[in-house]
This record gives sequence, structure tokens and C-alpha cells, in this order.
Amino acid sequence: MNLVRIRALAKKEFLQILRDPRSLILSLAIPVLLLVLFGYALTLDVDNVPMVIWDQDNSQTAKHFILDFHNSRYFKIIGYYDTYQDLVWKIDTGEAMIAMVLPKDFSRYLGSGQPAPAQFLIDGSDSNTATIARGYISSVIANYNQHFFAHAVAGVTIVNPQPVSFKPRPWFNPNFESMIFIVPGLIVVIIMTIAALLTSLTVAREWERGTMEQLVATPVRPNELVVGKFLPYFCIGLFDLILSVIMAKFVFSVPVQGSVALLFALSSLFLCGALMMGILISIISRNQLLASQFAILATFMPTVLLSGFRYPIWNMPAAVQAVTYLVPARYFIVIVRGIYLKGVGIRDLWQQALFLALFAAAMIFLAIRKFKKKVA
Amino acid sequence: MISIKTSNLTRTFGSNTAVDKLTIEIGEGEIFGLVGPDGAGKTTTMRLLTGILDPSGGEAWVHGKHVVKDSESLKDDIGYMSQRFGLYEDLTVIENINFYADIYGVPRGERKGRIDKLLGFSGLAPFAKRYAGKLSGGMKQKLGLACALIHTPKVLFLDEPTNGVDPVSRRDFWGILYEMLKEKVTILISTSYLDEAERCRRVGLIDKGRLLRCDTPAAIKAEQGAKTLEEAFIRIITQQGQITNPLSQIPT
Ligand SMILES: Nc1ncnc2c1ncn2[C@@H]1O[C@H](COP(=O)(O)OP(=O)(O)OP(=O)(O)O)[C@@H](O)[C@H]1O
Ligand SMILES: [Mg+2]
Repeated sequence: MNLVRIRALAKKEFLQILRDPRSLILSLAIPVLLLVLFGYALTLDVDNVPMVIWDQDNSQTAKHFILDFHNSRYFKIIGYYDTYQDLVWKIDTGEAMIAMVLPKDFSRYLGSGQPAPAQFLIDGSDSNTATIARGYISSVIANYNQHFFAHAVAGVTIVNPQPVSFKPRPWFNPNFESMIFIVPGLIVVIIMTIAALLTSLTVAREWERGTMEQLVATPVRPNELVVGKFLPYFCIGLFDLILSVIMAKFVFSVPVQGSVALLFALSSLFLCGALMMGILISIISRNQLLASQFAILATFMPTVLLSGFRYPIWNMPAAVQAVTYLVPARYFIVIVRGIYLKGVGIRDLWQQALFLALFAAAMIFLAIRKFKKKVA
Repeated sequence: MISIKTSNLTRTFGSNTAVDKLTIEIGEGEIFGLVGPDGAGKTTTMRLLTGILDPSGGEAWVHGKHVVKDSESLKDDIGYMSQRFGLYEDLTVIENINFYADIYGVPRGERKGRIDKLLGFSGLAPFAKRYAGKLSGGMKQKLGLACALIHTPKVLFLDEPTNGVDPVSRRDFWGILYEMLKEKVTILISTSYLDEAERCRRVGLIDKGRLLRCDTPAAIKAEQGAKTLEEAFIRIITQQGQITNPLSQIPT
């Protein structure tokens, strides 16, 4: 390895990136855009669930009950109707997710101390959101019941309305805000995809433009070329990471709980693997279009689907779970969430770090081996 | 001393034989012209001799180094200018030259002198800060030559370096080549201009990968009883009965 050559290659590559608006946009603007776009689009928080109501009872008690839904930030009452057809129509068009029907005798039942029926029609097409919405309904009703027992029926003696009182105390993300869960994972997806995409173009571009034919006729060594190409993109990757961490804190209010230094150290390891993977793809394909498409396919999809970013791995079929072990983002997600949410240290993360190091080493080895100084 | 030696050098692409049992010897300090119609195998020959393409058969040595076994150490001794412009259009003239100086490991101490000299006799000095992509065709080719010469190679491979270059720039270009010959550099140049071939010490005429003639321009003309090389080549190629319309194949 000749350091002068590596420096020359890195400098050349860096100048080219700086002078090419396309690659500048790809390396600096796209990550920010993705973070904002996906940060807002992918949040799992279910707020303002649209709701329609048919209040057949029309009593003061019913109005009181409805008010509880009205006051909850989880629901948004978008209209009152008085036929099932109207309710169903609102759900069919997607304007409403929940329809609540209070029967004529609602207040009478309650007044006589009997359980009062209330019907909820929930659009279950998006089962996740439906489940969450159902949870909200239960909690609003539970709340109502509690107050009802405490105040409304003073004359009736009820020994213990709630034999077991459930007061969960969630750790790490006390308010269950999905931003806190999503944003660190999103950083992983963006770093992986952008890193591999950027480098997937570099070697292929030189073959396409004819500059590689000139370069392979010189004494440059494959390892020098690979390292020289890698360095500028490593700097860009780190810059993107810094940008993401800053945005996470100031735009999404998701600060790093653990050590920022550790986060960057382990991110560097991950970045190495991702960048080298892009270089390897570029070396093998020698074609920019093919290389970039393959890079996106090989990074974005597995990172989103198989890393545990959005879908928990323990919930996947065994065969798919086995595949996830080959996805480097799987390990990095654990690291990033660990440092971000739980503030854990290297003691708990060394296994994941080891996998990332192995992945990076494999990519470096393959990239250098596969680079041939031959035109055909 | 022999600088380039090939023995039955062959390269096939599938069923297509691009270079067919080529056997030549080129002496040190000689300028040898490779001429032939499009697709004759000139570029493939250059690539085989610079070690960036492996032969399918036969062998070749350049400056005593085997083009396959010593292909890496060979690179220190040669300069190569590919047919297609191979420098970075988004770097300036001086950035390109410095890049190749670093790649070839030109010592810092010698660098400035050499760069000044190359910029000087290529006439590139006033354009040092211009992007290579913004140069005229002739200037681009001179920059290519400057980058191929930065490490003072022993053997220089130039693949159609003056294609599409105006006559004045071509004359300048040849001026630089004559300077190199004084320093005992061996030059293998392919060209489609036969007045340029005339300037070579010897020329090899190839067609369909085969070497049809290899001699001094004077000897080839005498053999065919032709006044110009062009006339001689057209006769030779027509005799082969392989080309029906030779005029469309060899540009003048
Ligand atoms: N990489 C390749 N793959 C397949 N065929 C090739 C390849 N390179 C060259 N050939 C074929 O080999 C033959 C010789 O090509 P070559 O480029 O060496 O000719 P040339 O004399 O340089 O022509 P030109 O004057 O057009 O540059 C042609 O038929 C060409 O199609
Ligand atoms: Mg050619």
C-alpha cells in the first residue's frame, strides 16, 4: 500500500464529488429529506382517530359519555348520524375509522346499575391501527367507569370497582412515542442505503467514462484503489450521520441517551461495511445503472423489512428469522436503539459490534479481490 | 536491444479473433506505427501489450517483462494513452497531471521540473487551471500525452492519439514524440492517418487481427510500386480479397 497513491485517489474522488451537483445532492440533501419524510410518515402513533356517532339515547348521560371521547386526543369526532347506512358509508369511504352507537336505553341501564351496551364498529383493514384504536376505546371507557363509580352512584356501595389496578411503568420510552423508536432505526436505513448507493456508482462510472482503462494501465494496486475510493465517502457518511443525529435531536426531539462517542465508533464500523458493499457491487457490475439498482435492492429492502426496524424479528417465521442474521442492519439497529433509547454501553453491544466488524472485513476483502486491472 | 517482442500473440472474443498470431519485434528507441481499418485489432493489441487484457494464446514481452506474469511491474515502465479520452474531465489540467504524478510516484523533487517541461512543450501552460473537459480535442490529446509521460516511461503506447485533431496540433504532437525518441523511448502508435504512418521508422499493417506487412514505409511502397503508403496499403488489402471497398475503410 502506497500512501501517496491512496491520498491522490481520495483527493481526486473528493474533488469529483464536490464538483458534481448530482452526487452532492445524493450525499447531503437526500438523507435529510428521507429522514424528515419517513420520520413523519412512519410514526406508529395513532392520534385523532376519526369517529362518527349515532346517539339514539340523546340523554344527558350519553352526552357525558361522548364528551369523554371528545376530550381525548386520540379521537376526533367528525360527525353525528342517525342511520347505520350513514355510519357504514363513512367507514367505507375511509373518512371514519370508528362508528359508535349508543342504544336508546343507554342512560336507563346505567341509572339502574346494570351494564349499559355501547356498540363500536371499527374498520379493521389496517389491523395494527385498529388494535391500537380499540385499546384507546377501552381506556376511555375504563376511565369513564372509574369516575362513574366514584361519583355518580354515591348511594350504592361498591366495595372495590377494580380488584387489580394495572399501572404500567414503561421503560426507555415512557410515553410510548414511536418517534423515539422510529428515528434511530431510520438513521440506520438511511446510512445503509445512501452509503451503498453512493459508492455503487464510483467504480462503474470510471469504467463507463473510460478513465478506468487509463488507471489500470498504471502501477496502482487494487487495495489502494479501493481504500482511496472509500475514504471520501466515509467522510460523507460520517457527515450524514452527524446531520441525522442533530436532526433527530432538534427536529424530532429524540436525543442520544448513551455515549455519543460509542455511537460514532460503532457507526463507523457499520459505515465501512455498507460503503465497501457498494464498492464491491460497483466493481462487479461495471455499470452504473445496474450497480445502483442492485445496491438499492440489496440494502433498502432488507434493512427496512428484515432488520427489526419496523417489524419485530421474533414475530417472523423461523426461516425468515434465519435470513435476518445475514442483514448487517439487524445488528446495527440493536446498537443504535440500545445507545439511543437505553443508553447501554459496549458491554452489552460487543457481539453486535463483532458482527459488524466481520461484515466490514468480508466486504473489504471481497472488494479488493474482485477488482481486476483488466478491461475484459 | 529489443523493446517489444510478441510471439503468436492471439486474443479471441467468442468466435471473433481480434488479434491473430501476431509476431513482431520492436527495437528500443524505435517508433512503430500500427495501421489498419476499423476493427483490425489495433486497440486490442495495445491492451494486450500494456497488460490490461490477457491474451488467449501466444506470449509477449515489453521492456523484458512478460505481459501476463509481470503485468504489475511492467506498468512502471510504460505509458499508455487509450483511444478514448481517459482523463478526468471534471479535474483541471494540472490536477490531472498531479494525480498521475502521484500514482506513478514521481519524486517531489523532480516533479516541478518535469511538469513545467511537459506543460511547456505541449503548449498547455496557459490552460493549467482549465477543466480537462473544457479543452479542445487537440489539447485533450496533448494532456493525455503529458500524463502518459509524467514518469518518463521506457515504452509509450499511443492508441490513435491524433484522431480528430487539427493539422497544426498534430504537428505539435509529433514534435513531442520526436523529443521522446531522442531520449530512447520506444513508441508504438496506432493511427489512421497515413501521412503519420510515413513518419514512423517501421509500420505494421493489420487487418482482421492479422499482420499483413511489417516494414519501413519506403520498403512497403517499393514492394507495391506505389508512390504513397496509402496506395500501397489499398493494394495490399485488396489483394487479400477481403475488403470490397477499401477506400471506405482507410481514411486519409
Ligand atoms: N471487449 C471486447 N469484447 C468483444 N469484442 C471485442 C472487444 N474488444 C474488441 N472486440 C472486437 O475485436 C475486434 C478488434 O477490435 P479493436 O478495438 O482492437 O479494433 P481497432 O483496430 O482498434 O478498431 P478501431 O479503429 O475502430 O479502433 C473488433 O471486431 C471488435 O469488435
Ligand atoms: Mg481502436
